[in-house]
Amino acid sequence: MLELIESLQEIKKDIELLSGQTLSDCYQCGECTAGCPTAFAMEPVPSQAIRLLQLGKFNEVLNSTGIWLCASCNVCGERCPRGVDYGKIADALRTIVLRNKLTHLTLEKIDKQFISDAPQQAFIAAFRKYTT
Amino acid sequence: MKSDKKRIGVFVCHCGINIAGTVNIPEVVKRLKEQADVIEVIDHQYCCSDPGQNLIKETIKEKKLDSVVVACCSPTLHEPTFRKTVSSVGINPYNCEIANIREQCSWVTDDKEKATDKATKIIKTIIKKVEHDEPLTPITIPVTRKALVIGAGVAGIQTALDIATAGYPVILLDKNPSIGGHMSQLSETFPTLDCSQCILTPKMVEAKQHPNITLMTYSEIESISGYLGNFKVKVRQKAKYVDWDKCTGCDVCVDKCPKKTPDEFNHGLTQRKAIYKMFPQAVPNRVVIDAPNCLYLEKGACRLCEKHCPFGAIKFDDQDQITELEVGALVMATGYELLDKQMLGSYGFGKLKNVVDGLQFERILSASGPFMGEVKRPSDGKIPEKVVFVQCAGSRDPENAMAYCSKICCMYTAKQAILYKHRVHHGEPIIFYIDVRTGGKGFEEFYKRATDEGVLYIRGKVSKIFEKGDKVIVWGADTLTGKKIEVEADLVVLSTAMKPAATKEFAQLLKLTQDEYGWFTEAHPKLRPVETLAGGFFLAGACQGPKDIPEAVAQSSGAASKVIGLFTSDTLEHLPVIAGVNEDMCSGCGICIDVCPYKARELVTTEDGKKRTVKVIEVLCEGCGACSAACPVGAAQQKNFKDQQIQDMVKGGLE
Repeated sequence: MLELIESLQEIKKDIELLSGQTLSDCYQCGECTAGCPTAFAMEPVPSQAIRLLQLGKFNEVLNSTGIWLCASCNVCGERCPRGVDYGKIADALRTIVLRNKLTHLTLEKIDKQFISDAPQQAFIAAFRKYTT
Repeated sequence: MKSDKKRIGVFVCHCGINIAGTVNIPEVVKRLKEQADVIEVIDHQYCCSDPGQNLIKETIKEKKLDSVVVACCSPTLHEPTFRKTVSSVGINPYNCEIANIREQCSWVTDDKEKATDKATKIIKTIIKKVEHDEPLTPITIPVTRKALVIGAGVAGIQTALDIATAGYPVILLDKNPSIGGHMSQLSETFPTLDCSQCILTPKMVEAKQHPNITLMTYSEIESISGYLGNFKVKVRQKAKYVDWDKCTGCDVCVDKCPKKTPDEFNHGLTQRKAIYKMFPQAVPNRVVIDAPNCLYLEKGACRLCEKHCPFGAIKFDDQDQITELEVGALVMATGYELLDKQMLGSYGFGKLKNVVDGLQFERILSASGPFMGEVKRPSDGKIPEKVVFVQCAGSRDPENAMAYCSKICCMYTAKQAILYKHRVHHGEPIIFYIDVRTGGKGFEEFYKRATDEGVLYIRGKVSKIFEKGDKVIVWGADTLTGKKIEVEADLVVLSTAMKPAATKEFAQLLKLTQDEYGWFTEAHPKLRPVETLAGGFFLAGACQGPKDIPEAVAQSSGAASKVIGLFTSDTLEHLPVIAGVNEDMCSGCGICIDVCPYKARELVTTEDGKKRTVKVIEVLCEGCGACSAACPVGAAQQKNFKDQQIQDMVKGGLE
């Protein structure tokens, strides 16, 4: 039996704050999944992921591979009849996962000049690279 | 018996290719000209069109016709059209007959030769019929311009107000001591969340104050006789044991009464006294004594109410009163009830205290309800932290309860969940649903509002509800994720199915038809939704099927407008194609009286007093022909369907 509401309402707040989306807006029509180019490989697919979040099954989604397969193409958000952008939700979920991991780079230790000179993308990629 | 030779004209319609595609019309015309004893045979593309009708009119004038046969579609479609056409040029409409060569010929075969033969035979048969047709005049019947509305919920009140405002007297009857119906029990109404009583009570007061409306509460129909425009209704007003002319509704007696019993208005969530007023805003604002619970009436001791009544209004010797009403039309506004929770075994058979139905939760939410608007649960008065709403409890369930969708539950559940959240901010409302159906103005937006305000919707029907400690355990599933779900709830609200309040016996008393669930059947599901097949009976509100308030009100105004239409004239016309009696042949055996379904025949003595014979009450006869078939000597004859005529028609077809 599933315990319905996990005591992780803080995570829900984080997801909604980071993504700017309201989870309860989704009425499960499935248009996001239908149009998603990577849904064939996703587990769970976008609409199911949102449903699990609505039910409070945050860990199930955070630990899934599906959120890493999102290509951020924004087709889902573009077509959603209720204005829910799953791309942004997936982004928020990835951020939450990453925030809970260790970053081996310390911002204060990096040369200020390097920060302003280096391409922004390389800088962000470095953080991703040194996060485990 | 054959009348003087008639001048008959036949018009054969092609109906585009509907008839002409299968029937060889020129051949039919040729054969009729050769074989039938008629003045003229003409064909036309569309006889029902203006040019077609003009052709018929011109031919009648030119050939001095006195009878017409139109061979075309079914008489249910264009018989009235052609009868009007011929009467506009002076022919009696009942001397125009339809030969149906479309539904009964061209549409049922591809064989052109056989279709042509059959069409010819059908037309020849009808030619034989018109040869004997008599000119008939519609029967005029008087109309009593007064209506009886049965049931005084919002539908009945609206119907009564509309008819009364048009200037006709109305009697508004209800079985309860007060008018108001279920709407007076509701807390707030979807999708606007306005207070139900605040919008209903002005209408209740208006009904009471309207000079054309007479209220008859605490009353039931005893018997009914008569027909459209002229009904006689016996009404039993139950003994109230209180003189309502003296009673002021001060409630002193209610305070003093020592006997308590479950309160119907609060659906058993509280107790009321044996002498009681249904609710504070009751109209009329009077008390009644519920005899089976009264200590004095049952056991002969007490009389406290009588002792304390400042107006001497208590009347223990009160009797049921029978009143006979004469009305021209009746409107059914008997409404709905909720399915009994005992029907729902897996949801606790109605035995679990903290499992309530929709109307009980309305009372819990209501400011005048058992907890004065605070949401508490019935078992211990605790504020429920988690409330589960179960939609489709008995609806959409042909195997165990009702097959139909009760229509209002999606919206009222959303409303109740929202209102619960407004009262208990930290509470968790969870709604289990199969589908959310929001077909109505502002309904989908209201559903969105519910999810916005923190109501969790779970798609799946609940399979089992049971008690564990002081919690109610709900087993369900979320079919969108395929996961089983168990909720430990403090309170469960079942959106139980709506069912008609009118019983089978009541429908039989009024001779009205019901569907398999007991909803009254309308005359036509699309085009005559407020009428019934019984003349003079109309339908308003949820007695015809599940309806929300705006729909019930709209249908009530529709029913009222039908009644007003009926009352615009003080006479009515009744079709003259009815049965007659040949007194010389009638032996007075009375067989026809027993077979007549309309009670339109009676035994009388002839004017000379020599023999018994049967008389037809013309306004009651619907022309079904049962008497003609049953009469052993052929004395009962249907006008324009006489035995001789039918024999000739058979011969005509066999020629």
